Amino acid sequence: MKKKGSIMRSIAAAPHIFWAILFIVLPLIIVVYYAFTDGDGNFSFENITSLADYAPIFTLSVELAVIATFVCLIVGYPLAYIIAKARPERQRFYIMLLMLPMWTNLLIRTYSIMAILDDGGFLNTILGTTMHIVGTKGAVIFGMVYDFLPYMVLPIYTCISKIDKNMWEAASDLGCKPVQVMTRVIFPLSMSGIISGVTMVLVPSISTFYISQKLGGGTFELIGDTIERQFVTGALNTGAAISLVMMVLIIISLTVMNRFSDSDEGGIIV
Amino acid sequence: MAKLIELKGISKSFDGEKVLDSIDFYIRDGEFVTLLGPSGCGKTTMLRIIGGFETADEGSLYFDGAEISEVPAHKRHINTVFQKYALFPHLNVYENIAFPLRLKKVPEEDIKTKVAEMLSMVKLSGFENKSVSTLSGGQQQRVAIARALISHPKVILLDEPLGALDLKLRKDMQSELKSIQQAIGITFVYVTHDQEEALSMSDTIAVISEGEIQQIGTPTDIYNEPKNAFVADFIGESNIVDGIMLEDNRVKFSGHIFDCVDGGFDKNEPVDVVVRPEDVDVVPTDKGMLTGMVTSVTFKGVHYEIIVDIRGFKWMIQSTDYVAPEATIGLYIEPDAIHIMKKSKYSGMFGDYSSFSDEMDRLSDADTAEEF
Repeated sequence: MKKKGSIMRSIAAAPHIFWAILFIVLPLIIVVYYAFTDGDGNFSFENITSLADYAPIFTLSVELAVIATFVCLIVGYPLAYIIAKARPERQRFYIMLLMLPMWTNLLIRTYSIMAILDDGGFLNTILGTTMHIVGTKGAVIFGMVYDFLPYMVLPIYTCISKIDKNMWEAASDLGCKPVQVMTRVIFPLSMSGIISGVTMVLVPSISTFYISQKLGGGTFELIGDTIERQFVTGALNTGAAISLVMMVLIIISLTVMNRFSDSDEGGIIV
Repeated sequence: MAKLIELKGISKSFDGEKVLDSIDFYIRDGEFVTLLGPSGCGKTTMLRIIGGFETADEGSLYFDGAEISEVPAHKRHINTVFQKYALFPHLNVYENIAFPLRLKKVPEEDIKTKVAEMLSMVKLSGFENKSVSTLSGGQQQRVAIARALISHPKVILLDEPLGALDLKLRKDMQSELKSIQQAIGITFVYVTHDQEEALSMSDTIAVISEGEIQQIGTPTDIYNEPKNAFVADFIGESNIVDGIMLEDNRVKFSGHIFDCVDGGFDKNEPVDVVVRPEDVDVVPTDKGMLTGMVTSVTFKGVHYEIIVDIRGFKWMIQSTDYVAPEATIGLYIEPDAIHIMKKSKYSGMFGDYSSFSDEMDRLSDADTAEEF
């Protein structure tokens, strides 16, 4: 009985394992291979060492992504809280409203924002102004926030709606003013949702290229654009090296964040 | 003892359904008061109104002589032990208990001594750094009690705090709670549907049904002098039969005229007669005031539970002597074992054991004890 079950399980898992090897493990190996070889296939560290030239682009990408993530958190947390505390039938409606834009293609949404913010665009037309928005950092950050906000709201919403209702009552019963109920109890208890929200916004924000291309108006380049340009121009080795370094950086920061959230939830400092 | 908490004409409805109907009630300082009733009777709502988690639709609430109907929970000198403990999962045992003191910005050294004091009171010394999620139900309960007591509130409210514990642990915690309450001398308001718990712990019991207080009194009063059929049936086992009060100290029921010790009724007034199963003596038929046929006998450990059919009404009798099923026996009832009650809307609803079966009893126990 037990054995039969495990065979069934292996059969059921087989397509997923095959998929994972073909589309995750194999590409990773190829990326690593290209990152450490030169154009002729010889082993080389040159790709990695040459990345120092891209440091300013790295810094700018991280800066914009961090700002966008922060804005998403500031906007997203209260939104998630309000949705989680609404009546159940309202909650479904609000979540649908939040998800609605995501049913439209990301590229189309980005073009739409461009059409709105452009020098001769919708916003300037109705306001009768000549604001120059597209091509500024602000426009890129706005695009990131607009595109990735749902990824911040959803995990926080899920987390808050799972918090025992007694927590609010227990906190105020023990003497918390309404603000303290939030700062002392609810906010710490929603930390795991915040961590996954931050992760889900930060990672795509760092590596995005079309948002910066369209809304950056070609005035500056982010790391995503750089990687794209390497592959378009056939510089596979450099492209792979940048991707690899990005990946390692992201894994490091995620590990740090997870450690932080674990120690916070379990009350154990390792 | 002075009145500490007073409810005047408190009413509350949820979705148009009246949960509390004009409750007048007071709690004296230092008392152990139990609100006892079946689920849905309004006892928890009453507690939540006192705690500040619900607002009454009508009526007012006084604390130490001042009206607090509109005072928010965090400003009341009342703390609650929640049914599901409601410990903060992001804090360890020490920080959970220290929580109220941290809000008051008490110096760290005082917090340390007070938490240690509380932990030793609830017998959890050495658990300071444990995460609350690793504790057993009973231990979590103790932490919740320590957390509620540390800021020296005048009252603590306990909402079926032992409901989730197994029987043995529940008994231990009952006596422990009672001794904690006596040691620190503050008021406990305790909500439960378990009559035994209420009888063994309380100074005063308020029996509640359908949003109304049926009777307020000491455990012995409530047990010996129930006011109506609901109270008689809810507190312990009772045979409740229709009777006629012929005159003071003389009542007729089941075709026999009995001497009793109650009076003050109209001549020939219909009444409810309560006889507790343990107060009926089994005697030979010729010496019995009533005779009946045994329909079932169940061994309960300390006694046999005997169901006897007397003129179509099934009585429950508890006796240490065995009688055979199908046997005809005589019953003898002392005058002071007979309690007379005025007719109420609950008359005829309780106190007949014809539908009684052991299985039913066990099913209803399963609600409260987790081992089933």
